[in-house]
Amino acid sequence: MPSFKLNVNNKDYSVDVDEQMPLLWVIRDFVGLKGTKFGCGISQCGACTVHLDGTPIRSCMTPVSQAAGKKITTIEGAEGNISEAVQKAWIELQVPQCGYCQSGQVMSAVALLKNNKKPTDADIDAAMQGNLCRCGTYMRIRQAIHRAAEMI
Amino acid sequence: MQRNTSLSRRSFIAITGITGTGFIIGLNNACKEAPKVANLSEVKQWFEFTPYVNIADNGIVTVFNTKPEIGQGVYQSIPAIVCEELEIPVESVVIKQTGGEKKYGPMQFAGGSYSVRGSYNDLRKVGAAAREMLIKAASQEWKVPESECYAENGEVIHKPSGKKLGYGALASAASKLPVPEKPKLKDPKDFKILGKAAPRPDIPLKITGKAVFGIDAETEGMVYASVEHSPVFGAKLVSVDDTEAKKIKGVLAVERVTRIIQKYRSEAVAVIADSYWTALQARKVLNIKWDNQGYDSFNSADYEQKLRDLASKPGVADKPIGDFDKAFAGAATKLEAFYETPMVSHSPIEPMNALAKWHDDKHLEIWASTQVPGDIRQSFAKEYGFPEENLTLNVMFNGGGFGRRLYPDHVHEAVQLAKKVGKPVKVIWTREDDTRLGPFRPMTFSAMKAGLGADGKPLAYQHKVISPSIGDADSDKFDKTKPDGTMLEALNDQKYEIPNMKHPYVYADLHIPVAAWRAVTSTTLSFPHECFLDECAVKAGKDPMAYRLELAKKDSDLFRILTKLKEVSKWDQPLPAGSARGVGQYEFFAGHAGMVVEVTKQGNGVKIDKVYAVIDMGTVVNPDTIKAQVEGAVAMGITAAVKGGITFQNGQTRQSNYNDNPIIRIHEMPIVETHILAEGGEVIKGAGEPGLPPLAPALCNAIYAATGKRIRKLPFNIDNIV
Repeated sequence: MPSFKLNVNNKDYSVDVDEQMPLLWVIRDFVGLKGTKFGCGISQCGACTVHLDGTPIRSCMTPVSQAAGKKITTIEGAEGNISEAVQKAWIELQVPQCGYCQSGQVMSAVALLKNNKKPTDADIDAAMQGNLCRCGTYMRIRQAIHRAAEMI
Repeated sequence: MQRNTSLSRRSFIAITGITGTGFIIGLNNACKEAPKVANLSEVKQWFEFTPYVNIADNGIVTVFNTKPEIGQGVYQSIPAIVCEELEIPVESVVIKQTGGEKKYGPMQFAGGSYSVRGSYNDLRKVGAAAREMLIKAASQEWKVPESECYAENGEVIHKPSGKKLGYGALASAASKLPVPEKPKLKDPKDFKILGKAAPRPDIPLKITGKAVFGIDAETEGMVYASVEHSPVFGAKLVSVDDTEAKKIKGVLAVERVTRIIQKYRSEAVAVIADSYWTALQARKVLNIKWDNQGYDSFNSADYEQKLRDLASKPGVADKPIGDFDKAFAGAATKLEAFYETPMVSHSPIEPMNALAKWHDDKHLEIWASTQVPGDIRQSFAKEYGFPEENLTLNVMFNGGGFGRRLYPDHVHEAVQLAKKVGKPVKVIWTREDDTRLGPFRPMTFSAMKAGLGADGKPLAYQHKVISPSIGDADSDKFDKTKPDGTMLEALNDQKYEIPNMKHPYVYADLHIPVAAWRAVTSTTLSFPHECFLDECAVKAGKDPMAYRLELAKKDSDLFRILTKLKEVSKWDQPLPAGSARGVGQYEFFAGHAGMVVEVTKQGNGVKIDKVYAVIDMGTVVNPDTIKAQVEGAVAMGITAAVKGGITFQNGQTRQSNYNDNPIIRIHEMPIVETHILAEGGEVIKGAGEPGLPPLAPALCNAIYAATGKRIRKLPFNIDNIV
């Protein structure tokens, strides 16, 4: 079994896994960070969203081999003024219901605000369309992104 | 009255700490911090006041929450009810999720929008009883009359002298006093917590990845399983060739396992491996032979035609009102229409999963996202032959419920496999398993008839339901000769003054599990019931809102809801050309809401501009979570109305994942403006489900008003309405 060196939330890990194993399962079951969620396995729901060198990706379809040597950021490593603003806005608007998709929602929202300080509704639609929420918190997600943009 | 020793209680906390089971203190809103549990380490002794409230010697209060958190906000609403009467801030309590243990009573489930409405009166008494015990203990300590003492902010205060004692100092003596049976409840005008929007303590955990859901549970030595079920419903397992699967490194075993759901039992094949990914890979190379028992010829098109044909049967009517047949025969104007709704899946984003560990032959531990801890304790003890108290059930945060987690079939699989391999086993279904295997919301088809009088009002109204039956799927003992209350849900409860009504049910058999889905049968029956009423209004040449208000009993919640909807939606003000409104409502066991939907024509379809919702609560615990539930119900209602639905071909579910069984995405979510009716008093209604039934009829009535096209079959393509 090949060995991969991963940098997750600024910490180095070495894992011995099949090179095709999706990053999602490596993060959850080998690195041991459970905040990144499994929802669909085919990049349809976005619950598994993490940042790879700052870009949001779906870890359920990203083989671990593609993530080796890159900086991986999970919800547990979401730091800095943008992440904090997003999380504060999420609390202010009381966004989550069951909360299962929200790690992915937060990671997508942080990535959006990193590139776009004042997103329009259309920008939010484009950036957040890959993140499903079965509880239907979409209206509050939109409001919270606008609120976070004000706070940054 | 039982005193808990320091040792047992402290070890109990240590256990929960390790497994991460919903154990939370405080409303810590700082983003990066988990809720503080620091004070817990100072606790030397806990004192039990009632099964639902313990107070520690340092004043920390534990509230035992019997309602699993499925997103409905019970980690705030349940302690809030206790804290209000106990006179402590919600921030200062520890919340402990119960696991169906006998001492916490028979109502340990989340379902039926029942969590708050079913707890409100009892939990106020729980809080008030503890408060009275603390006041009595203080008055005895000070040798002053109880009437000179009051409780506030975790302390008992002697008014004349200003002396104070904290709950911690009083806990030991107070817990030994008899529990008052009829404690005096606070006057709602003095409420500090109830009725006000308040933040939920679980939210900081859910945006930092710290909330522990069922799928996140771990225990030492656990292995993973993925289960291959028959793709054809009703098939039997013939043989398994696991040669290739067992060649894969990390595969530990291949075992047969029985899926137990409702009245159904079916054999499946599980791969157990040292990682979930490995189990999934090995599952793909299993060579399994199934005997399809003839069920592989089943398909939706034929079944739907069967339901249409069954509409000619008389069916079994539930409590007819007046004489429908006579009134219909004599009516000046007659209308008939046929409506159809699809089967749909629950599809919570957390797939079905469970972790089980046998400590020995008679002691089982389970970690699960479930809506039914009470049922699991009872039914699993019976199924696997051990005393109920031998089960340790860790109820985790549920990554969505919607009715799916009322059915612990996947939990059974983990329990059986853990026994077979002698190790803790975590079963995780794939999204494809979740989508294909059901149970599904049953489709209902409705044959509608109405006879209008000379004034245009309905004199006779018939809603005949043709569908498979949830009761039949639940039990072999289902009696088809009796009216099926679940499949005719609430048809007689609509508060329109219509003198002659008959609602018959025609049973259709089905071998596929059909089950409760958020708002149960009201989610499908409201669509024909309220759209056909619109058809009557159109026929009578009347405005649909005015028509309903004329028909509504004047002292009814229906009348108040419609009146409020008319006001907040500015119903009487015209919309721009191409835009229009529709109204719908439904009263049922969970509660009562109504909606006005505004749409605008866009290409060949429409865009949903806005949804006005009015929900009647009676009494409110947290208005913000009520609004959240209504917003969520709107999203789920739109999905059920305009997205794919579940269909079958060759005996198998055609859909597999969110690509072919889609749910709405952010750009499809309208603005929802929710208004809460709260008259106060004894009545308290549910919030989780009532927002669903009104959506589809209000939307389709709006589409009719905008386009002249009457939608009688769900789902429909909202971008291309034909």
